[in-house]
Amino acid sequence: MLIKKPADIKSSEITPESVYKNRRDFITDGSKLMLGAALAGSMPSIASAQSGASLMARAPASMRRSAPAAWWSGKFADIKSAPRSGPYYTGESLTPYADVTRYNNFYEFGMDKDDPSSNSGEFKADPWSVEITGEVAKPGRYDLEDILKPHALEERIYRLRCVEAWSMVIPWIGFPLADLLKRFEPTSKAKYVEFETIMQPETMPGIRSRTAIVRWPYREGLRMDEAMNPLAFMAVGLYGDYMPPQNGAPMRIVLPWKYGFKSIKSIVKINFRETQPHTTWNDLQAQEYGFFANVNPNVHHPRWRQDTERRLPQTLFSRTRIDTRLFNGYGEQVASLYEGMDLNRYY
Amino acid sequence: MRKLIKPLVFCLALLPFVFLLLRIFRNDLGPDPVQELSLETGEWTLRFLLIALSLTPLRQITGQIDFVRVRRMIGLFALFYASLHFTVWLTFLLEFQWLTIFEEIIERPYITIGFCAYLILLVLGITSPKAMVLRLGKNWKRLHRLVYLAAILGVVHLLWILRIDIGEAVLYGSIVFVLLSYRFLRFLWRRRKVFPIDL
Repeated sequence: MLIKKPADIKSSEITPESVYKNRRDFITDGSKLMLGAALAGSMPSIASAQSGASLMARAPASMRRSAPAAWWSGKFADIKSAPRSGPYYTGESLTPYADVTRYNNFYEFGMDKDDPSSNSGEFKADPWSVEITGEVAKPGRYDLEDILKPHALEERIYRLRCVEAWSMVIPWIGFPLADLLKRFEPTSKAKYVEFETIMQPETMPGIRSRTAIVRWPYREGLRMDEAMNPLAFMAVGLYGDYMPPQNGAPMRIVLPWKYGFKSIKSIVKINFRETQPHTTWNDLQAQEYGFFANVNPNVHHPRWRQDTERRLPQTLFSRTRIDTRLFNGYGEQVASLYEGMDLNRYY
Repeated sequence: MRKLIKPLVFCLALLPFVFLLLRIFRNDLGPDPVQELSLETGEWTLRFLLIALSLTPLRQITGQIDFVRVRRMIGLFALFYASLHFTVWLTFLLEFQWLTIFEEIIERPYITIGFCAYLILLVLGITSPKAMVLRLGKNWKRLHRLVYLAAILGVVHLLWILRIDIGEAVLYGSIVFVLLSYRFLRFLWRRRKVFPIDL
């Protein structure tokens, strides 16, 4: 005989994940606070020596994301914090988490700056795999878990300069791009590397639009020596938390010396090649968007002056306008890549 | 009842401005408020311009005279929002650096076009009082046909800013196209009625 047993707990009585997580955060934050207070003055470094606790920045508890898959939480349990000096760090004030995640250009999700955050709720970052093709010894399709496995995560605080003349300061979580690319053993023929963004039309309204004048998927590319530069970063999170879809979940590149559009999001394909790849913006309007797209205050874009930038967030009556620096201030690290090149021609 | 139409339309037309003011004071314009203000005021200019252009056809189709009684006011609101748009650009984006402003108007085609459209609206606004209508006589109508050009320039200005997806420009552009075609067809139709043999 089959007796239907009612569920032990009514679904209405189950505490939502976000609520109990908040509570835990509250408890741990509180105990850390007490511990910190007890140790203040004498040994201030102990509290921050705990793994992860020493990160420069944490997403606000109420906005924290859940892991795309179970294995992610282990990955994020131990993150090396940014050193307090050098190119992987800046003392400039961080752009708040809410602004970093609500002011985005990700045209697959829509044209307006708040479209990516409001339209990306259905986006699926799991399961995820990346296809490696071209001039490499180890081509193939790799699961994201296998791609990330050998890489320890670290925090880096970079300036991000958009070609639209605004900029942010963002604490990314990730690992050096070079470490990843080397694993596939590029051959001597690999002079360039090409990246492709996912096409998920069912979750990306921008791709479904009939008035789009672009051919998806979004493509970007780098010269091999640019991709191997230690500044080039593969990011899987920000503010100590998993990457939100609007910022390029689950994995995107960050190239702080180039205009933002070079830092391609939600990567599903990496292709190593002998010739310079086609890139989306360069194909669309070559006189406006060069292949290199290095931040350069002396080369004006036909639409936007590039000598200054609006540092976000702003309010109408306190507007931070700062001078844009060549290579976004990372000249010491990357200027040698372009030695002897006419930057007016190769913009 | 009829007396209420003008004040009512006036209040409605002022609403977008009131909402913008509220957003300014509540600090609700997002991390890049200058950009947001610039986009909002630009878009409302275009909307009011299109509303102004559709009032005459609406009167002709419905026979309701009230539509044209608010035409001048709607046109002036287009000028009002255009002035806000221009002021935001001048003060917040270029911070009154006159040399830069001059350079921008000349060197960036989309700004040149937008500026021309604004100059047209300004001239139309200045010549909109009844006294000017009487003074200009027949030329007033000719001068005010420039509003069609302003609308076309406005759409081109928008098209030039858009990238990746030109949806918005297609929408506004097709409305302008329909409104202008209506006038052209009507013109042909009426000419045929007056000179049926010549045509």
